[in-house]
This record gives sequence, C-alpha cells and structure tokens, in this order.
Amino acid sequence: MLKKRFIALALASTLFGGQALAADYVIDKEGQHAFVNFKISHLGFSWLYGTFKDFDGTFSFDADKPEASKVKVNLQTASVDSNHAERDKHLRSPDFLNVAAHPTATFESTSVKSTGKNTADIAGNLTLNGVTKPIVIAAHFLGEGKDPWGGYRAGFEGNTTLKLKDFAIEKDLGPASQTVELILSIEGVRQ
Amino acid sequence: MQWRNSTDSYGLIGRLLHWLVAVTVFGLFGLGIWMRGLDYYSSWYRAAPEIHKSIGMLLFGQMLVRVAWRFFSPGPAPLASHGSLVQVATRLMHELLYLGLFAVMIAGYLISTADGRSIEVFGWFAVPASVTSLANQADLAGMIHKYLAWLLVILAALHALAALKHHFIDRDSTLLRMAGRVSKAQVSIR
Repeated sequence: MLKKRFIALALASTLFGGQALAADYVIDKEGQHAFVNFKISHLGFSWLYGTFKDFDGTFSFDADKPEASKVKVNLQTASVDSNHAERDKHLRSPDFLNVAAHPTATFESTSVKSTGKNTADIAGNLTLNGVTKPIVIAAHFLGEGKDPWGGYRAGFEGNTTLKLKDFAIEKDLGPASQTVELILSIEGVRQ
Repeated sequence: MQWRNSTDSYGLIGRLLHWLVAVTVFGLFGLGIWMRGLDYYSSWYRAAPEIHKSIGMLLFGQMLVRVAWRFFSPGPAPLASHGSLVQVATRLMHELLYLGLFAVMIAGYLISTADGRSIEVFGWFAVPASVTSLANQADLAGMIHKYLAWLLVILAALHALAALKHHFIDRDSTLLRMAGRVSKAQVSIR
C-alpha cells in the first residue's frame, strides 16, 4: 500500500513537475460522473432534454478560497444526444450547432464570485458555434471528500441560460424556445 | 392489351411500374429538397418528412416487385438498329438506375432507423429498424442519401434525354414502346 502510494506520488511529481496540486481536479470522464445537459422548451408545452456525451476538463478548487477557483471545459459538439437520431442529426447541422465547422465548444472561467455559503457565480468565456461570449454560471458546491477507492473528489452543479441567437443558432423554434438552459453536473477527481 | 413483356414490346405491368417509379422518384426528390427548408411552425414540418418516408418505403416494395417481374417476364430485346455500344450503354444505365434507386432508399431508411425507431408508412404498417447504432449512422447515411439522390436524378435525366434522342433524332421506337404504342409506331416508322 505504502509502496503503491509512493509510486503514485513519484509518478505525479514526474508528470506535473512537482507543482503544488493540492486543489487541482480532473473532471471524471473515465467513470463519467459528469454531465453537460441542456433543456429547451418545446412549443412552451414541455421540456426537451439532451446531453453532450463527450467532454473533458479541469478545475481547481479550495473550499476556503472559492474565489481563486478556476475551471476549463472542452466539449465535442458532435456528441449531442437528445434520444432521437434524426433530431440529433438536425442539431449537428448548420441549422443549429454546425459541428462540421465548429466541432468543439469551450468554457474557460475568468473570475469566481462567492454568492453564499455553497454558491458562486462563475464568469467566463463560452465559445459555441464559433462565437465567443462572456457568460455567468450559477454554481452550487455539493460536496467533497475521500471516495471509497483511495481518491478524493469534489462535485458541483451549475446552471446558465443562453440565447440561441447570441451563438448564431438561427433556426427559429418559436417564441417559447429562444433560450436554452445548460445544466452542468460535474465531479472532479483530485490529482 | 398484353400484360407481360414480349420480345419486341413492354407489357402493361412493365410500363406501369416504369412510369410510376419515374414520377415517384422525381416527386420524392422535390419533396425532399423542399421539406428541408420548412419553417418549424409550418403545417408541413412534420407531415412532409412522414410522406417522404412513407412513399420511399412503398417505392422500395414496388422496386422489389419490379425486379421480380423482370425475372418473370424479361424486357424486350434491344432494337436491331442499336449498335453494340448503344446496347452496352443502355444496359449499364439501366443497371445504374436500379442500383442507385436501391442504394438511395436504403440510405434513407438508415437515417430514420439509426436509433432503432421504425418507419411508419401512412399509419398502415411500420418498417422495423435493422442496422442501428453504427458510428455516426444518421449523419453518414444522410450525406450518402443526399448525394445519391442527386446522382440518381441526374442519371434519370440522362436516361430521359437518351430516350428523347432515340425518338426525335434516330426516330426509332425506344420511347414509344415504353409508352405502349409499339405496334403502330413500328408500322409507321418502318
């Protein structure tokens, strides 16, 4: 056990050049305890939910210094899945995400402002469909601690609402469907 | 009126199948282009693709009948006036049209059934999915469907131009025998 830990430590210090990484996390893509979901109104009658299956990212977080937190996410827009192959094909087309021209979307935080005991506003730049715009994600810190398998994890949920037109998504889905809500549920594994 | 093809003319079944496929192919092509540009709130937004898919599936069945009919009742022999090059070109074009038709319909079917959904044919019956969840299936099949559809209508247009050339320039009975006027035509031309 001790030996294993030593090897892991040696490996980590080789990989990361011995920097202080106490509060650096990698989004758990391997176990997929992370979701980038969206919901948009259908005609004003119901919510249509979808998800992006392929993304990765990192964040740094210290519960004592939330304002020093940082987050960066890269997302493959072609991985959109709304549980309907024909619709997903349409979502990938130039009517919506235009994934051939803009295969990746990114978010990188610029500042974090604490808004309560476990909440914060994460401001940053979102690049989607080739358009970069500042957005604010209302984040909620859910918890952190040792997992049962020898690691250390921290998790958050975040919400933000985007106007489709702001990101050059020109297909008009009607007056009730001008905005889409992104719901991010992210768990990171401490490195 | 003869039903079956003979050695020098097309029968009623062969002619009906031919012209029905011709009208359907161009109709589906136009419908396919038009429906892609429809507004989300258009009353055709849902109906047009359903009609396109339903007719496409019926066309598939019709093409199976047509191929079976060819075996049961082979088409007439080439006209004696057609040289060997014309005969080879004619045969090649007919084979390409058949192949193209099946390919474009299969590709269309693979778009709509990519996630296991079946295709409802006018609410009469459903064609179940078969091949599903290939990598990028709906998008890939969609691209193939689009390009093959263009190729098919271009081939069909060339096929029609060739028939018109035979009719107006060579003044032979190529077109007339598909129009069911072969005996009279042959009498007047010969």
